[in-house]
Amino acid sequence: MGTDMRTRLGHVELPNPILTASGCAGAGRELAQFIDVSKIGAVVTKSVMLAPRAGRPTPRMAETPSGMLNSIGLQGPGIDAFLQRDLPWLLSRGARAVVSIAGGTVEEFAELASRLSDAAGVTAIEVNISCPNVEHRGQVFACDPVAAAAVIEAVRGRARYDIPVFAKLSPDVTDIVAVARACVAAGADGLSMINTLLGMAIDCDTMRPVLAGVAGGLSGPAIRPVAVRCVWQVREALPDVPIIGMGGVRTGKDALELILAGAGLVAVGTTIFHDPSACERILRELDEELARRGIDRLSDVVGLAHEPRTATGRRLARNVP
Amino acid sequence: MRAQDADGDAGPVQVRGTVLTVRRVDAYHAMTVVAPGIAARFRPGQFVAVAVGGPDSAMLLRRAFSIHDVRPDHGGTVEFVFSASGPGTRWLAGLRSRDVLDVAGPLGRPFPVPRDPVSCLLVGGGYGSAPLFALAGKLRDRGCKVDFLLGAASGDRVFGALTARRTGRTATITTEDGSLGARGVVTDMLGQVIHEARTDVIYACGPMPMLRQVTLLARRYDLPVQVAVEEAMACGIGVCMTCVLPVVGTDGMTRMVRSCVDGPVFRGEQIRWDDVGTIPFDAVGAPGWEPRSGRLPRGGQAAAGGRAGATGPGHGARESGGSGQQARPGSPGRPGHGH
Repeated sequence: MGTDMRTRLGHVELPNPILTASGCAGAGRELAQFIDVSKIGAVVTKSVMLAPRAGRPTPRMAETPSGMLNSIGLQGPGIDAFLQRDLPWLLSRGARAVVSIAGGTVEEFAELASRLSDAAGVTAIEVNISCPNVEHRGQVFACDPVAAAAVIEAVRGRARYDIPVFAKLSPDVTDIVAVARACVAAGADGLSMINTLLGMAIDCDTMRPVLAGVAGGLSGPAIRPVAVRCVWQVREALPDVPIIGMGGVRTGKDALELILAGAGLVAVGTTIFHDPSACERILRELDEELARRGIDRLSDVVGLAHEPRTATGRRLARNVP
Repeated sequence: MRAQDADGDAGPVQVRGTVLTVRRVDAYHAMTVVAPGIAARFRPGQFVAVAVGGPDSAMLLRRAFSIHDVRPDHGGTVEFVFSASGPGTRWLAGLRSRDVLDVAGPLGRPFPVPRDPVSCLLVGGGYGSAPLFALAGKLRDRGCKVDFLLGAASGDRVFGALTARRTGRTATITTEDGSLGARGVVTDMLGQVIHEARTDVIYACGPMPMLRQVTLLARRYDLPVQVAVEEAMACGIGVCMTCVLPVVGTDGMTRMVRSCVDGPVFRGEQIRWDDVGTIPFDAVGAPGWEPRSGRLPRGGQAAAGGRAGATGPGHGARESGGSGQQARPGSPGRPGHGH
């Protein structure tokens, strides 16, 4: 690799910007059959909750054009099993672990942050605030700047000071910048975007919803333009806040697009289902894309699309050998 | 594209395999792909997950097919059988020799085989019979007697009837329209075949309602039964969590387990057939479920309610297995048909 791919996750330096997206790589174990999990920037785990959780009934998934709908319901083994089994495994493989957490109450999120802070080796915490708030009629935290901020403030307060806290934002809001600002004001060290968009499919033969959960999260290349827009808007408003960009990244060029929009890191999600070795491939392709443009440092192009056209041309020309 | 398993033994590989042949087999297609790494690791009952539609495909989910056979020629080939019933499988059917296909495998747990030379009955519905022939070979190598009981809606949908007749000690065929063998479904003949063949062990693969019935009958005859299930899958490698079903573990607890990595082969009685498509109330982590040690508060369960009895047809990438013909009218639809 010729390009300097180093990037920062808050104050933590990662060797490269390619991560797995939460929920698309389990805790890395299955993926390790196909890629070296220590070679990518970090493994972002499937959201961990306090207690084991069975999730939603099947069918949980529907294929849609260039995308898929899922309604898994955060099935998982709970924090105890995660700390006992999954985290040590990731660390033993030399992988960096960004742990996604999910809860139904502010206190649950805080408790998870505290448990993770007691464990060694957590690179960062990503807070999945796209969960229903059981104390507020099931309204999703991420859709209300006040609720989102409350979660982030609690997590930041209980997480060890040297563990960066990233808030994962939902695109299903009127003003994503407002939620982003609220999270940053509450102490978020960075922002992840985007979570899935809520969608639905109906089976025209049975004439009923395809998913047992009726609606589900839409992901895949179909939502990439939404991700680019969200990253752009938040970068425009909060230029100094680190962003993990995600949503439909399938190739190195797709990753570059999010980087140009302002993401310092890029997570690969649904594409992993299509290609279990996608993270390594996308990292290689991103390197090639940057090299082809004469760019020798990734950090030079993060958010570059925001600069006026002429400046961009001059800046790139400087790097062309 | 590494071959090294997380836990040290030979895990699956992802390869770009060259298509050797795509041929019609009655109502189905059989595709042979050069994939040495997969062929070398294969054990009967395992499957492959295939990317469809080419590199820029709008169809993101892999299609899972049980492996019918592996051969040593060309360094190692893998054959799987499918029904060209949706856009993904129609694209596959349109491939020609020398086209390249992205294949991951072998995936899932294989059929366990008995230590002693016992009498085995292999039951298949539709093209769910595909993985049974490699299993039959392995069983015969161990001195087991192999009998076949295959069924489908019509004669052209009974996969491998000739092979079964040629290689099985006995082969019983049923079709719903009576066009081949006895009129009816496989479970109509199961008791008779068990008696005549003095069956010790049953292996079954096919639509879920058939597997359920076979398990019920096996219990009546007090016979062990191994079933290979079909559930809609997105990835086939254990990360997407879409192919879960309620399975009772050795500790007596029900868990929602992934049929791709914890299956597709299960002991029939482990599966809570009546609760497939639901989250049983006593499953680990079900809404309201409390861990015995109960040290932590619960929450966020608002939208995770079970939908009792809803074994509605699934949409998904698992386009393998039978095609539902073995289900009796009025039985629940089979999950797992792709498009």
